[in-house]
Amino acid sequence: MQQTHNKELIAFVEKMPAFPKSVQRVVQLTSDINAPAKEIVRVIESDPVMTVKILKVINSAFYGLPQKITSIQRAVVHMGLNTIKNLALSVAAMGVLKPTNKADFNTQDFLLHSLTTASICRLLAERLNVKGSECSDYFVAGLLHDFGKIVFAEFDPDNFKLALEKSLEENIPLHQTETEFMGINHAQVGKILAEKWELDPVLIDAIEHHHKNNSKNLLTDCVATANQISKKLQFGFSGNPVIDESIDEILPKFELTLDDLIISLGDLSAIKSEALSFINS
Amino acid sequence: MKFKFWGVRGSIATPGPATVKYGGNTTCIEIRTDNNDLIILDAGTGIHPLGQELLKQLPVDAHIFITHTHWDHIQGLPFFSPIFIPGNDVKIYGGLDPVTNEGIERALGVQLQYSYFPIREAELNANIEYNTIKPEESITVAGAKITPILLSHPVLNFGYRVDCDGQSIFFTGDYEPIFNIYDPEDSEYEEYQSFIDQKQQQIALAIKGVDALIIDSSYTTEEYNSKKGWGHGTYDSAIKIANEAQVKQLFFTHHEPTRTDKQLDDIHQRLKKENPNLDYEILLAKEGVDFML
Repeated sequence: MQQTHNKELIAFVEKMPAFPKSVQRVVQLTSDINAPAKEIVRVIESDPVMTVKILKVINSAFYGLPQKITSIQRAVVHMGLNTIKNLALSVAAMGVLKPTNKADFNTQDFLLHSLTTASICRLLAERLNVKGSECSDYFVAGLLHDFGKIVFAEFDPDNFKLALEKSLEENIPLHQTETEFMGINHAQVGKILAEKWELDPVLIDAIEHHHKNNSKNLLTDCVATANQISKKLQFGFSGNPVIDESIDEILPKFELTLDDLIISLGDLSAIKSEALSFINS
Repeated sequence: MKFKFWGVRGSIATPGPATVKYGGNTTCIEIRTDNNDLIILDAGTGIHPLGQELLKQLPVDAHIFITHTHWDHIQGLPFFSPIFIPGNDVKIYGGLDPVTNEGIERALGVQLQYSYFPIREAELNANIEYNTIKPEESITVAGAKITPILLSHPVLNFGYRVDCDGQSIFFTGDYEPIFNIYDPEDSEYEEYQSFIDQKQQQIALAIKGVDALIIDSSYTTEEYNSKKGWGHGTYDSAIKIANEAQVKQLFFTHHEPTRTDKQLDDIHQRLKKENPNLDYEILLAKEGVDFML
């Protein structure tokens, strides 16, 4: 994919619908005057497409909020629940993301990987005593880190399929085969979109560098680590069979090996079941 | 600077014998700078009698700031007679709706369609100008600095701080102080509360020290229990914010539509009794009275 296609890509993603379960739940909850606000927020923040589209609208310069809004919870506090509800409804009106695509990329497994990475990333933030008011940013960064892949599956399925197949057959990191077949990888595409949508620079950094080990940003380190933990525990699958060893350079921050860190986080299967209950219920 | 209420009622106009004292028109406030320049906050039905008054001295040069586009804040616009007269300048200011992505021109455009009104927007004879403004970006009109602040309501709502002639007014439009959507036992409760606390501090800072705070106080605390999330504040929440922001005068407005003059007087008396040691005066917004600052 060439740089010149960026405009086309951005226009394409504007029209991209959200995941079926969240669309259905948003329609249900917004038709019930007594629906609890926290339920609506939970549904929105469990869908990377819905989340990113709402953050995009709110953070646009045209709208002009003086500070960047990094999570759905913050968005509700600033804009009021109704505005966020209505924005979610307008995303829901675009239809639903088809469960199958020409790339044979499993969107349910992708969603499970994204959601569990998000939850683990929040746990890591708590572990590192990140300020309570910033923990939801860690969740969002985990949720959005692989956003570029779902975009590839819809926008350039033929080449993405080749990248997925080669990655799996030869056990090569997917971001490398993406670059080979498309000239750009999911982290770079995620960055281009996040920049275009004027998201918070810290969030953009986490999306762009979640495969790197020399980050100066704690959020990026947590996303990179949570990503590997989710993969190691086989919570869903996001197309990349390789566990990234470069994570070793981040681990000293936690003063533990990856296995010990996983053990110290307690029973993570609850995170998986919670995510699954959202995806399947 | 001085100001006058032309509409003090919330939700719907309530003419009749029970509302004669405080008034039954929906929200509209006229502000006059010392230079006699005209700034209008909101265009509920109260803007109609204001418009009639303005016809006495043409041409009209009005800056109208809309807090939000719910009916009771825009419904009087098509009946604001100066918009039909050539030579008048009417500038309308408001925020961009993030859901529709439309600016404040929609407030008038949506009403001036043949299905709802006999005249189209294109037929207005005054010079009408629309200005989309952004939260926390001050603009200067008629020598006054006006700062929009995002306040919580079911639709995008700006509170406006007006600074002019060394004095200041803050009008909230419709405003319900943010509440925690989580239960204390939820893991998200604390984090969400920290967002609320931050936002409340920002709001108190924006209101800080104003000569007059005019605030949505639709309900009593008892009534609020069944109206949570409807987008309006209480007398007690108004006093709390006024205390935090150390204002010099507090005006309760957006009177609940079923509230009679007698009930408002009773509430006022009770509030004064319950809050004997306030550093500022508490008043009920009342149509037709000039308040000098």
